[in-house]
This record gives sequence, C-alpha cells and structure tokens, in this order.
Amino acid sequence: MRQLGIQLLLVVGTLAVAWRLLVGSGQRTQALRRLGLLALAGFAIWSIFFPDVWTGLAKRVGIGRGADLILYGLVVAFFGFVVTTYKRFREMETRYTRLARRIALDEATPATGHGASTAPPDTLSGNLPPSPSVKAADAD
Amino acid sequence: MQNEDVWLVVPLYNESAVIADVVGEARTIFPKIVCVDDGSRDGSAERAERAGAAVVRHPVNLGQGAALQTGFDYALGDPAMRYVVTYDADGQHQIHDVEVMLERIRRGDVRVVFGSRFLDERTEAGTMKKLVLRAAVAYTNLTTGTRLTDAHNGLRVLHRDVVERLDITQNRMAHASEIVSQIGAMRFEDKQVTYAEEPVHILYTDYSKAKGQSLWNAVNILAELIWR
Repeated sequence: MRQLGIQLLLVVGTLAVAWRLLVGSGQRTQALRRLGLLALAGFAIWSIFFPDVWTGLAKRVGIGRGADLILYGLVVAFFGFVVTTYKRFREMETRYTRLARRIALDEATPATGHGASTAPPDTLSGNLPPSPSVKAADAD
Repeated sequence: MQNEDVWLVVPLYNESAVIADVVGEARTIFPKIVCVDDGSRDGSAERAERAGAAVVRHPVNLGQGAALQTGFDYALGDPAMRYVVTYDADGQHQIHDVEVMLERIRRGDVRVVFGSRFLDERTEAGTMKKLVLRAAVAYTNLTTGTRLTDAHNGLRVLHRDVVERLDITQNRMAHASEIVSQIGAMRFEDKQVTYAEEPVHILYTDYSKAKGQSLWNAVNILAELIWR
C-alpha cells in the first residue's frame, strides 16, 4: 500500500520533468536544469559522509532501500536527458537542413532559366531575383 | 507547349538504374522537371540532367522530406509555375495518372489533389502492407482533420498557393503525414483548403520492392510524428 505513494510520485515526477523540458522557455528551463544539477551534486557529497540519508528518505516515501530511491531518481533524470537531447538534435537538424538547402539552391540553375528555350519569354519575370526568396521562418 | 505551368518535383536518391527512363518518359508530357538529388553516390544526378531534368544537389544526404521542400523552393522561383507535382524517382508512378490529376485541379474548385491507391483495385499491395497503410491513414485522419483514403502516397498535385505555405521540417519519412497535416491546417480566407483524391496505380515492381521501405519503418514514422 505504501508503494502506491512512490509510484504516484515517480509518475508525477517523470511527467513534470518531461513537460517542463518540453514546453519550458529557453532561459528559465536551462537555469532550472543547472540549479537542479548543482543541488544534486551537493546532495551527493553530503550523502558520501552520511549514506543513511538516502535510506531515511526512502523509508519516508515508502521504499525499502536508499539505493532504490537513487535508481528511480536516475531513471527520471535519464528520461529528461533523452528528451532534451532529442529536442536539441532536432533543432540542429532543422538548421543544417536550411543551410544545405540554401547552398543547393544557390548552386543550381534557377528555375526561370530551365527550359527557357521552350517557354515563351515572360516579360514579367525579367527583374525577379534568381533564387527563391527565403521564407520568413528562416529568420528563426 | 502544354504544361508550362507545371513543375514535377522528384526527390532523387541512388536511382541511377531507372531515373533516366522516368525523366525521359515524364518529359514527353511535362517539360519542367526538377530532380532534387539527395547526395546520391551512383551518378543519378548526372543521368537525370542528361535526360533533361533540372537538378538541385543537396551537398549532404538530408532525407526525402527535405528534398521535397528544396524542390518546392526551387519551383517557386519560376513565376510561371501554377502547379507542383510530387513524383517518385523509382518508376512507381504513372505519368497518365498525373495528367488525370492535373485535369482535376485545373477545374479550379480544389487546390490539392492527392493520389490514392485505395480508390480502385489496380494497385496490388500485400495484406500486411495494406494493413499498415490503412492504420497510417486512420492516424493521419484522426490527427489532421482531413478525410483521406491514402495518406502516404507520393503522388500529389499542389496549387502554388499551397506550395508557398508548406514548410516541411520532417526530413525523413514522416513528411507525408506532415504535408497532409499542414494542408489540413491551412486556411484561405478562413476556409479550409479544398482537396480531392484521384485513384492512382502504383507499380510495385521487383525493383521498387527491393528499394521500398520495410514495414518496420511504420514504427519509425510514428515515433517521428509523435516527438516532432
């Protein structure tokens, strides 16, 4: 019965971390992440001198051993790490795709030039830029 | 010449065995074809160029979705362009189907025509493949507010207005759902984009089967869509 407490806590914790990292606005999320890391480091040092602190905490939330509590914590932290890494990777991919696309389009013969021999000269297109304009979204 | 207002956008990745024939056949009807070479290492780009297509070369391999968006950006550079056709490089699609789809869009009441494998019985797909495709359609319809019978068909005809607003960010396979979802979300004068489906025949040759994506890829597509 007491296990229900930790189970609930872990589910809520996982969701909170995932949500926080998914929707959080840049600076605040990053600051929170760093503060959390600092607190964790501090707690880790403390627990080197007083290993019982984990067991005490674990007992309070209804798990037998402190080691289990650490494991649960690590699982949550790991998923948080996976989500942030994935997000960052996606952003980077989007950026380099845009860069590669720009290069590809700049090196290609413009669409207005292709098949010009078959197409009647378009008087309106005379003073258009040779490459397609960059969408506003590219400005990020 | 006819069809001067149409650009065929063909994502191209290692298809040197068939690309010349595909471009050559399409060129008899459509003078403007752009192959977006996605970093092929088998000379596909040169063959496409010799067959008469314009070629845009990605400096590195980015994926089919990225290639389509590059093709859209390229075609938008031609002010005479009114319609873009997305067309596969592996010879699965029939140029005749494109003509029918263009006839449909030229009537002017729709801005998008999707090709569908499931509107008639011509396409022969395996039971498992059909099942996965149906599931994909159900998911896409559920999440995009569209009503389609085949969401992962590479054959589409898009009006310029639609192409201007598309911004594919799913570089890999999930782009098909992304296109449908963006079209579903588009509004012109507060109205949803009008679209239609036309039956198309996909030729599953031994060649395209060997190149085609495995069913496992459905899992990857789903994952890419959920964590976009």
